[in-house]
Amino acid sequence: MSAWADHVVVAPIVLPLACGGLMLLLDERRHAAKGVIGLATIVAIGLAAAVLLAQAPVAHIYALGNWPPPFGIVLVADRLAAAMVLLGAVLAFAALAFSLARWQRAAPRFDSLVQFLLAGLNGAFLTGDLFNLFVFFELLLASSYGLALHGAGRMRVRESLHYIVINLVASLFFLVGVSLLYGVTGTLNMADIALRIPQVPAGDRVMVEIGAAVLAMAFLVKAGMWPLGFWLPSTYAAASPPAAALFTILSKVGIYAVLRLWLLLFDAGTGATLLLFGGMATVAYGMSAMLAAQDIARMAGASLLVSSGTLLAAIGAHIPAVTGAALYYLVVSTLGAAALYLLVELIERARAPGANVLAVTAEAFGEAAPEGLPQEPEGAAIPATMGVLGLAFACCALLVAGLPPMPGFLAKFALLSALLAPDPVPGTAWALLALLALSGLAATIAMARAGVRIFWAARLEPRRIHLAEMGPVAALLALCLALTAAAGPVTDYLHDTARGLHAPHGYIGKVLSR
Amino acid sequence: MELIVSLGIGVLAGCGTWLVLRPRTFQVILGLSLLSYAVNLFIFIMGWVRGGAPPIVAAAASVDASRFADPLPQALVLTAIVISFATTALLLVVLLAARGLTGTDHVDGREPGE
Repeated sequence: MSAWADHVVVAPIVLPLACGGLMLLLDERRHAAKGVIGLATIVAIGLAAAVLLAQAPVAHIYALGNWPPPFGIVLVADRLAAAMVLLGAVLAFAALAFSLARWQRAAPRFDSLVQFLLAGLNGAFLTGDLFNLFVFFELLLASSYGLALHGAGRMRVRESLHYIVINLVASLFFLVGVSLLYGVTGTLNMADIALRIPQVPAGDRVMVEIGAAVLAMAFLVKAGMWPLGFWLPSTYAAASPPAAALFTILSKVGIYAVLRLWLLLFDAGTGATLLLFGGMATVAYGMSAMLAAQDIARMAGASLLVSSGTLLAAIGAHIPAVTGAALYYLVVSTLGAAALYLLVELIERARAPGANVLAVTAEAFGEAAPEGLPQEPEGAAIPATMGVLGLAFACCALLVAGLPPMPGFLAKFALLSALLAPDPVPGTAWALLALLALSGLAATIAMARAGVRIFWAARLEPRRIHLAEMGPVAALLALCLALTAAAGPVTDYLHDTARGLHAPHGYIGKVLSR
Repeated sequence: MELIVSLGIGVLAGCGTWLVLRPRTFQVILGLSLLSYAVNLFIFIMGWVRGGAPPIVAAAASVDASRFADPLPQALVLTAIVISFATTALLLVVLLAARGLTGTDHVDGREPGE
């Protein structure tokens, strides 16, 4: 391979950093130019991720500054990292394209923040160094604070305050965990830590476990595991829709970190029970939150909790086939939740102002749209507004509830069939099956109730919704349908990924043999 | 020496935790600062507490690792300090914005019982 092709690993981090910095120099009023640069950067990231994905069987190891591991920092682009980078790029493209019609103008420096968020996100997925993971986490969190505040307003500032404080405390946990692991193993390279943990003397073993548990706290706060996830629905509901759509992958970063580190460092499955029961408690909590939710944005947040819980419980089952199915569920549920967050705003706007039975948000924000935010985006409107919105909402509802023909059904089905494969079937698997079925039922009830109230009960002349905003939502939903059609190859890839994760010696060998 | 440092970290972390759980935003920020000092010290002593040991190996010296301090926690702590400083500054701005928008310094944006 030529020398240039090697650098494709670092491109998903360097490109958004450079372009985000460049856009800071551009005049704030040049929205179109910023939009084009932003979208082009995301496309380039997507292409880089696609190249990595195509070459994924050979994991790329990229030594930053050419310092050999374990002393230098390495980037590792294996199957999981490449898939997550691609997922992030797809989401970011949809969110940014959506924001171009209106939200981009709500406050300055939106485009740069999106790029910095992407840089942190891709870095977190690609890095093979524990402290570097912390730095990238902070980068993505710092940008997410900015994005959570985007558009300002009383509600947003209040929720962002909670969000920032909680994540700062979680970051401190992260630091404590990292330094405990470093203190015992004497290294920060993830592969090297994994090699050294079995050699740790029995007396220090408890330090490693405490370190890992403290580290897990930081990740599980992000993933929103019960009881660490109460902040999630309200923060995401208060954030502007493009930001909320981007945030759907932030909770998956926590899942990613748990999946990567836990399977790498604790091969034998220490702590599996905690993940399993914690995940199940999260599903139960998310389910009841969904039934109790009074507006769709909170419902979307609750559905994110349900998906986080499902993923954690599936990871806790510690079976490669279940992990593979969980990865498919991760992709699908992220896309579905992002589409729902974008759609929520369109629905609220089409109905506003008027009989807002469900939506108290506009009032709670305490003011009209922020200064500089155009009330009506320019461009062509979509025909049959309520019909199109209703169709999209129905698709989202099917996705969230896990009903055919949307891929949520396939994901849950694959998950459950893999879970029930061992003989004899463990009791926890039956409990998880019951919970997943119940959560699907709860989602169906909640979404159907909201749909009836919005689309059937209210008779309003809807406001016009523009094509530029409906496009990204439709594209996300179409992508989900395509994932149903292409479920075979996609799940094959993800099952290979899961097998790789459950046999960490391949990863360790590749990183350290460089 | 180790006992003093550990006690210091414990006191800092305890005060920080108490303050973070208080209802006023300014107390929360002070608590976060104290907590981050505690964590920074904690990272620092992960390289062990030792006096008079330089972290940099001179070129000519014979390399006897036990005579030198571990430089890595010192580098880590620098990064952690910078990051926590920046995020605290950001949080201060959000605090002021919240105070301006809600008219109260309660973390929930309204006085209890209101």
